[in-house]
Amino acid sequence: MQILAYLIPISLLLGGVGLLAFVYTVKTNQYDDPEGDARRILSGQYDDKPKT
Amino acid sequence: MTAAMRPTISACPACDAAPAAEALAERAAQKEAQLALSVPGVHCALCITTVEDALTRHPGVRSARVNLTLKRATVEAAPEVEADALVGVLEGIGYEAHELDAGTLSATQTDKAGRDLLMRLAVAGFATMNVMLLSISVWSGAEAATRDMFHWISAAIALPTIVFSGRPFFVSAWGALKHRRLNMDVPIVLAIVLALATSLWETSLSGEYAYFDAALALVFFLLAGRYLDYRTRAVARSAAEELAALEVPRAVRLRDGAEETVQVSALVAGDLVLVRPGGRMPVDGEIVEGQSELDRSLLTGETVPVFAGPGLGVSAGEVNLTGPLVVRATAVGEETSLHRMADLVAIAESGRSNYTSLADKAARLYAPGVHILSALSFVGWYLYTWDMRTALNIAAAVLIITCPCALGLAVPAVTTAASGRLFRKGMLIKHATALERLAQVDVVVFDKTGTLTAGTPDLINLEDFSPEELSVALALAQGSSHPLSQALSAAAQGAGVRPAALSGIEEVPGYGTQGRLDGALVRLGRASWVGAAPLAQTAAFLSLGEGAPRAFRFADSLRPGAEAAVAALKADGKDVLLMSGDTAGAVEALAGRLGITHWVAEALPEDKAAKVQALADEGRHVLMVGDGLNDTAALASAHVSISPASALDAARVASDIVLLGGDLEPIAEALSTARSATKRIRENFRIATVYNIVAVPLAVAGLATPLIAALAMSLSSITVSLNALRLR
Repeated sequence: MQILAYLIPISLLLGGVGLLAFVYTVKTNQYDDPEGDARRILSGQYDDKPKT
Repeated sequence: MTAAMRPTISACPACDAAPAAEALAERAAQKEAQLALSVPGVHCALCITTVEDALTRHPGVRSARVNLTLKRATVEAAPEVEADALVGVLEGIGYEAHELDAGTLSATQTDKAGRDLLMRLAVAGFATMNVMLLSISVWSGAEAATRDMFHWISAAIALPTIVFSGRPFFVSAWGALKHRRLNMDVPIVLAIVLALATSLWETSLSGEYAYFDAALALVFFLLAGRYLDYRTRAVARSAAEELAALEVPRAVRLRDGAEETVQVSALVAGDLVLVRPGGRMPVDGEIVEGQSELDRSLLTGETVPVFAGPGLGVSAGEVNLTGPLVVRATAVGEETSLHRMADLVAIAESGRSNYTSLADKAARLYAPGVHILSALSFVGWYLYTWDMRTALNIAAAVLIITCPCALGLAVPAVTTAASGRLFRKGMLIKHATALERLAQVDVVVFDKTGTLTAGTPDLINLEDFSPEELSVALALAQGSSHPLSQALSAAAQGAGVRPAALSGIEEVPGYGTQGRLDGALVRLGRASWVGAAPLAQTAAFLSLGEGAPRAFRFADSLRPGAEAAVAALKADGKDVLLMSGDTAGAVEALAGRLGITHWVAEALPEDKAAKVQALADEGRHVLMVGDGLNDTAALASAHVSISPASALDAARVASDIVLLGGDLEPIAEALSTARSATKRIRENFRIATVYNIVAVPLAVAGLATPLIAALAMSLSSITVSLNALRLR
């Protein structure tokens, strides 16, 4: 059962990373224009950096 | 879709000063000039870059960004850059564009409430997943110290999550309790708090059952329902805002002979305002210069244009047809007749607010029932065992199992599905309970001008004229942009008529067009101007110099789908009524054409509202369909109301549903969709009740375990959501 001492923190940590990633996407307005963002990757113009 | 959403009237400065005033406040707050353009034509990756490049190259523009989802471009530019110039740039590269009032749109851009709800939902989802994993090991047989550890970890995750994610419920329940009412959130909050408290107590005593997972799952499912509900309304609000934002409140003020474009709210009484042909009166006032004709149909329902000359009083919202007019403002902003109508609307609205939604009705039955049941099982078990811990545990189990998880999803899941379906058909459901109210409708009242008719005239007696007369009339009609002239030239060209060679064609604003045919003066215009007796219906008169003037008679062309909608409503067993401010002859003709037997003509706004109210007093549920200012009071006092996108902003605000396309046909279908949606909502309530009936005896008997609670909750929520999806 010692293994639980590692597994539980690891699972919580991974879940937490997912949650933080989601919070980051919401905070940076990544859901404002889903359709446009999907099309923008087709253009070579934004290869260096995304449009601000 | 977006292309169809554009109202036919592009600028309406005075329609509603409320959004305009807000827009101004907003604009003052943000010093940086931000312009918003509606670009319905963007659809591809290439369009995005083309539009953005073109806008960025325009001098003064700092940055431009296209939002493909909203078909909108946002431009940051130096203050001197005019939106008109940018519209011109886009039209130059082949994209149709319209200016949007950035202030009116601001609410959609900073969608704080939606983001907040999404964040709480995400946190609740994360915590639920983790606690469920821990719970599964407990259910599958973790014991003693391991079980206690799992419970403590669950508690450590659940407590902060509940505090954060459950906030909307706590706030709403507290609000209800403060006003000594019960809403759905009160039993929810009680269940969550009681479950957490007993679980903590149990855990500290190394007990077997803890309900952390159930409390979290409850919050997660309910938040999902809230979010769905919110999204549905946000989509409708954003589209409604876009309609309002298309009407940029500007006016041309004359000061010392110079023209300047100003915000309508900056006008004061006494200002001279220039109104160009096709423009709408921004203020109440008096004409000081110019001659023209006025279209008052949106205000009064009259279709015959009125002659306008110096000295005539005008009201905000009337449309100037032929010649430029200079108007001296006598009343601006909230003092205009347009705004006085708002008082009438406010009075009418107070009558409607007593509708109770199905969800509230369910909550009223449900909330006290659950509390009594839980309290009874607590008292019963306490008296039976004299053990506080057992009694409290069972009371908590009863609350958790009966908690309205499925009830919370029952309504939003269905309304989301139904609103989505209607939105694709071109209907915007603005009000939360509009669908439920629509399902009850048994009388449909239509306005005539602008609602059943498209507001554009149609020539009806083309065959009465000889080709020579028609060719002269066509040549004269082509010299004017008056709606009657345009209808006449379209009809004549459609019949293959070629314009006669006339010399010296000129438009006399307010009267008509004249020219010379082989030296003889020919005129097309108002009855009094060509020397004819006026007719009761809309007509233009042609005078060829000799002989009596001939009348071209016009009827309002029907809006597409009007016939189909009326026929479908009648087939559906609804009573259809026509109510108009227009003359009896015009109303009777249209009623005959559409097969409507009951009609009212020359109705004042008060009459319309009173008639709707009288029907309501008879116990009928009235659906009012109207677009004009004279309809707003009736729209507000009807059980449920629909207005087309071309309606005045004030009418759109007063109605529950906005028709985005020009077509009326979806109305009949909306009624059946609303009925099936209401049926699904009731079914969902029944499903949720069945789950409760099965699970509650177990809980009261003390046989419920956290596993049973979790199963009942998830199963009922999923069944209810799936049932809602059957609506598609």
